[in-house]
Amino acid sequence: MQRRTLFAVAAVMVALLLICGCTGTTSDPTPIATEKQQLRIATTTSLYDTKLLAQITPIFEEQYNAEVLIVSAGTGKALEYGQRGDVDVLMVHDRAREDTFIGDGYGVNRRVFAYNYFVIVGPESDPAGIKGMQPEAAFVTIREKGMASESDVIFVSRGDNSGTHSKEKAIWKAAGLNYSADVQGSGDWYQEAGKGMGATLAMANEKQAYTLSDIGTYLAYKGDLDLVTLVDEGDILLNIYSAMQINPEKYPDVNSTVAKDWVNFMISDDVQKEIASFGVDQYGQPLFYAAQNDWEKIGVTQAEVKDPVL
Amino acid sequence: MYEIIEGFVEAIRLIVTLDPDVIAISARSVIISLTATVLATLLAIPLGATIYFGTFRGRKGLINLIQTLYALPTVVVGLLIFLLISRVGPFGFLRLLFTPTAMVIAQTVLILPIMTGLTISALSGVDPVLRDTLRSLGATRLQFLVNIMKEARFAILAAVAIGFGRAISEVGAAILVGGNIMASSFASSTRVLTTAISLETSMGNIPESIALGIVLLMIALGVNLAITTVQHR
Repeated sequence: MQRRTLFAVAAVMVALLLICGCTGTTSDPTPIATEKQQLRIATTTSLYDTKLLAQITPIFEEQYNAEVLIVSAGTGKALEYGQRGDVDVLMVHDRAREDTFIGDGYGVNRRVFAYNYFVIVGPESDPAGIKGMQPEAAFVTIREKGMASESDVIFVSRGDNSGTHSKEKAIWKAAGLNYSADVQGSGDWYQEAGKGMGATLAMANEKQAYTLSDIGTYLAYKGDLDLVTLVDEGDILLNIYSAMQINPEKYPDVNSTVAKDWVNFMISDDVQKEIASFGVDQYGQPLFYAAQNDWEKIGVTQAEVKDPVL
Repeated sequence: MYEIIEGFVEAIRLIVTLDPDVIAISARSVIISLTATVLATLLAIPLGATIYFGTFRGRKGLINLIQTLYALPTVVVGLLIFLLISRVGPFGFLRLLFTPTAMVIAQTVLILPIMTGLTISALSGVDPVLRDTLRSLGATRLQFLVNIMKEARFAILAAVAIGFGRAISEVGAAILVGGNIMASSFASSTRVLTTAISLETSMGNIPESIALGIVLLMIALGVNLAITTVQHR
């Protein structure tokens, strides 16, 4: 009996040693890496799926001798990670919820680095006939046609509390509809994907359905899709991307130095140029616009696009 | 159909040309799941033996519970570990979330029940004659234990293989606690075969998905062959 206990104790000890071993190797695999600071970023899927972050991350890593770890999730999930203190920086696109997040003391030093527009995409045949409408009217029409009997009009929603999902809800509201009562669960025409933008576009494509997408992800996926842009004009379609730090006063062990560097890096002239030209070669038009000189146009303060975090 | 064939051709190319990303992701998968399997083995065998040889109240109930946990959903394990190691959780100070270590822990927890349960089954499968013989020959407790274990070793080995198979093929926990990170250094990344397949498919990169799927199947096949070889020796 005693021996057996001994064996069990020994096994647990070996296990603990192994765990310690793993932790050790993960944080410092090479001598150079030990000096490297790690920066954890939770980002909205559009910045990841379009490969914009893959383009600019190596530049930052080199300049600041840091290692960037990116978790790609919807804005809702990213805010949740931020609120739990699991990341150092957020890159999101939902002004209203960002304001709440900052107001609650979780986020600081928000800077706007890019913007673009949402588009309503759908099958070329456009069974609901929304082409060229204002976004609100288009949504109302999709719903009406979708609820009619024997309709092949489907709308695929992100359904994941992401920034795009927030925008979609805002459009339903602006169209005079109550999202939870009039839209959600009002019929098979309205389907929630619960996935990132790329996956949602792929789903809308399979079903030949309508969906709301940021223009960047749509353009990046366009080659694989039989979906066309049907609505792309309307003030409500503006899409603003921000980076912010997690408040070090709330979570003292977030990496606030390198987080600050990242926020400043995003509004630096070099990166603003990268953003403005990103994807032009490949898609014939930019996926994102640099926010630097357009602060008035997009309705944010000059400080938010220009002033480095001190 | 064309897409599938094209996908396979590209997949074969990625594998035979030893595409660095495919190699790194595959290697990371094996390292993480193997570590989890070793840990789970070190815990499951003593635990299984203690339960099998033990005589205590609630033993039957415990075995039932363990067998129920065979079907433990991977996302539930992922959620549980996430809540424990997230910064605001009880072990948040360790800063383990979104690291390979977190994935090792989650996979260990995930496969512990099935490996413990199968160890108990393996020991139950030992011929009762051997037990009687050992006792009648006056074996000490240790000798008794060692001999029974020896007799059950192939069945225990199968338990280990099944544990590894479940660990390397799960995606729910890996994505929740790992975050599917592709960093510049190998050791900080948490992208493994299953999470990569999930991401690549959602991004429309079908050939990569197929290539990674083939690698995953080959690893499973390799493990199976290794076990069968050992068992037949």
